[in-house]
Amino acid sequence: MNLVLAKTDTERAVSNVFATARDRLPGAGEVAEARRRAFEAYERAGLPHRRIEEWKYTDLRALMREVAPLAGRPDAAAITRAKAALELVAVDGAAKLVLVDGVFVPELSGIAELGAGISVRTLREILENGANDARSDLLLTSTTDAVISLNTAMVTDGVVISVADGTALSRPIQIVHVATASSASAFTRSHVKLGKAARATFIESFVAAEGASAYQANDAVILWVGDGAELSHLRVVADAADAVNISSGIVTVGAKAKLNLFNMTRGGAVSRYQVFITLAGEGSDLSVNGINLLKDKQHGDTTLVVDHAVPHCTSRENFRAVVDDRGHSVFQGRIIVRPDAQKTDGKMMTRALLLSDEAEADNKPELEIFADDVTCGHGATSGALDESLLFYLRARGLCEKDAQALLIQAFLGEAIEEIADESLREFVMAQAERWLEVRR
Amino acid sequence: MPAVQETVDRVRRIDVDQYRYGFETLIESEKAPKGLSEDTVRFISAKKNEPEWMLQWRLEAYRRWLTMREPTWARVDYPKIDYQEIYYYAAPKPKKQVNSLDEIDPEILKTYEKLGIPLREVAMLEGIEPRVGETDPVKSKIAVDAVFDSVSVATTFKEELKKAGVIFMPISEAIREHPELVQKYLGSVVPTSDNFFATLNSAVFSDGSFVYVPPGVRCPMELSTYFRINERNTGQFERTLIIADKGSYVSYLEGCTAPQRDENQLHAAVVELVALDDAEIKYSTVQNWYPGNSEGLGGIYNFVTKRGDCRGRNSKISWTQVETGSAITWKYPSCILRGDNSRGEFYSIAISNGFQQVDSGTKMLHLGKNTSSRIISKGIAAGKSQNTYRGLVTAHRKATGARNFTACDSLLIGDKCGAHTVPYIEAKNSSATFEHEATTSKISEDVLFYCTQRGLSEEEAVGLVVNGFVKDVLQQLPMEFAVEAQKLISISLEGSVG
Repeated sequence: MNLVLAKTDTERAVSNVFATARDRLPGAGEVAEARRRAFEAYERAGLPHRRIEEWKYTDLRALMREVAPLAGRPDAAAITRAKAALELVAVDGAAKLVLVDGVFVPELSGIAELGAGISVRTLREILENGANDARSDLLLTSTTDAVISLNTAMVTDGVVISVADGTALSRPIQIVHVATASSASAFTRSHVKLGKAARATFIESFVAAEGASAYQANDAVILWVGDGAELSHLRVVADAADAVNISSGIVTVGAKAKLNLFNMTRGGAVSRYQVFITLAGEGSDLSVNGINLLKDKQHGDTTLVVDHAVPHCTSRENFRAVVDDRGHSVFQGRIIVRPDAQKTDGKMMTRALLLSDEAEADNKPELEIFADDVTCGHGATSGALDESLLFYLRARGLCEKDAQALLIQAFLGEAIEEIADESLREFVMAQAERWLEVRR
Repeated sequence: MPAVQETVDRVRRIDVDQYRYGFETLIESEKAPKGLSEDTVRFISAKKNEPEWMLQWRLEAYRRWLTMREPTWARVDYPKIDYQEIYYYAAPKPKKQVNSLDEIDPEILKTYEKLGIPLREVAMLEGIEPRVGETDPVKSKIAVDAVFDSVSVATTFKEELKKAGVIFMPISEAIREHPELVQKYLGSVVPTSDNFFATLNSAVFSDGSFVYVPPGVRCPMELSTYFRINERNTGQFERTLIIADKGSYVSYLEGCTAPQRDENQLHAAVVELVALDDAEIKYSTVQNWYPGNSEGLGGIYNFVTKRGDCRGRNSKISWTQVETGSAITWKYPSCILRGDNSRGEFYSIAISNGFQQVDSGTKMLHLGKNTSSRIISKGIAAGKSQNTYRGLVTAHRKATGARNFTACDSLLIGDKCGAHTVPYIEAKNSSATFEHEATTSKISEDVLFYCTQRGLSEEEAVGLVVNGFVKDVLQQLPMEFAVEAQKLISISLEGSVG
């Protein structure tokens, strides 16, 4: 009873959202029970606020204010608008799986293009299918916090992808989240499982259709990279200027596997990408990188936990933030080395470039080390553009803005270069350049 | 070194059981009744003959403390402290008025002798002409304000300091003799509402040191205090206040040892530093309180709030610490860089062995223009200890031109210990330039091989590497302390090398 009394207005709004949405959420019986339990867990914790250490710099009680009601099913007009928006985040050759306002839209998606060795189903279909015993397991995660619990309770759809052992996909898979509704929220969750020695490229993009504003996205992606598998994973957050995007990633990497992950945030009023990566098999190679491009009053948060649970793994993290106007960039990165994870090699670097006097960058790189035979380190810097470099370029005839753009591009390049796949690298560079164009 | 059984065995045999300073002095002492209440606060205040305003100040802190909760964010784990099971005041029973060192309880003097504190020697130096060939005593002089449990027993060098205009006395005396200074500065850096332990200290602090250096004066000697917890089940709550007025300079040394105990003892000190325009304060600490035995029993709980306020322009505060003792260390000496062009420094060596838990670091708050700070932290974890660096560097929106450099390195000896780094770096304006780097590793096998191949034993080789590892910080210590600190480091790591 006390819990109910202690609720803030925001949380009461969430309660209402769950109560009203309940009948529309897919799945009955066990699934509904799992949802109810998750919502209870969420209610106990409440919306994360600055007194919760992991959310110190991203106070959702202040930034989200209220939780928007669940978006309705997109109608034909919405789907047409969504189709137009897809162009904004198009990657050459990628097979698209499109979720509009949290609902999978087959007519915009190209499952057939993917070929053999891969199965794609929608989460909604599995949750609703009473014959599937494992359906409520899809809602359980190894790591959880308040926003993941909220996602479990409210999730409407997503895709469940499984790549068979030894399959090398010829085309990238791209999940595109398109928002068409305004002042509504979408809760999505996708599972991607790579079998042994499989190879794949997986892209996730967030984009707004024309006219969509003040929407909220809460997404979760659960990834398994099998033994000896290789995965390139790219995320692009290009939401509307007044949107909220809270995304969680839960990643498990097997033995002798390779994961190359890159996150790019360039849209949204408030965005947070929190990813929890467990290196569960020996001899794996992890590279997690990202850039935040923020302006106006944008708030961009990247939170990363790399858990070295076994020996002989290597991890590299490289983050860059460019913050203009009154933007606020947050990077929190933690490398954990468990007691038996000897011979771990972990390095993390985070750098922020502040372009305006009102910009803010908060960095919190952490090391948590319980094994002795390791080499771990992190570095963090923040500052403005180098005056002497600017002068050098200006003396050679570049205007102030061009000189700045050139230096910013070089600065971002240090992280973008870490993307293993060349076409993805070029795609990200082009997106970054577009952001710089607008600034000019 | 791979974690061979031999290493593990040696770590287990570590020196914690043979704690050098684990002896107990049997002298009568006068205690306040056990537990904490308004009466305890009044008792302490009355014992100290304090003026009414001081009592009110304490009571206000006590009432505030009742509403506060013990912080749990640090990476330390200890059984819940029962604050009603602690004696908040213990003073050696005054036998008579002491006029000279000779009149002091010989038991107490003997204790200091065992600690190697040059109290007697210093006293002699003061009265006796130096022999031919001896170095100029002025250069090697240290003024000692010894705090034995809670009461300052003797203060040497008072005369010479008085000549320079420097006030150096127990804070209880300062409250009576210089109320205007104490009232102005006490609690101005660490307010009574600051944090759980600082508030507790504000309510029940019994003694500590007070230093005031007048404008333009360079304090003629290093000031020094030795703290020692002696009485069983007493918490020690010192309060230190150092004010460096315009253009002055003072270097203050603090050294700590405590006798072996089975019950954990609480220590919650507060240190406040105020540096006005162009002033500089250098504060050095060597802490080797009882860390607990090889089973992890006993040891001091050290919850300290240390903060310096660079209030004036071009002021500078520098913290240097060598932390080798205590079962739990919770300590974050900080600098508030308020004045334009002010500078803060933090040099730290934190060594943990046995079952020790260290959560220490610093805060650099850049508020003024063109302020700069430097953090060098060296953590060495051995045995089954946990060693955490936790630090904050922040530049306010108006702190243009703020500059920080941070390097925190950790060295792991043995595979049962942990080393953690938790830095917070907050830049709120574009002209703030922050650099931070941290590394964690064990001693490289190549380096060890190189040394042993040239005839050094493994222990010597590790000693060499460790010494090199901490050199940046040791160099910052005043000469007298550097020698003691080096000795301490080798003692605390003895046997941890395989």
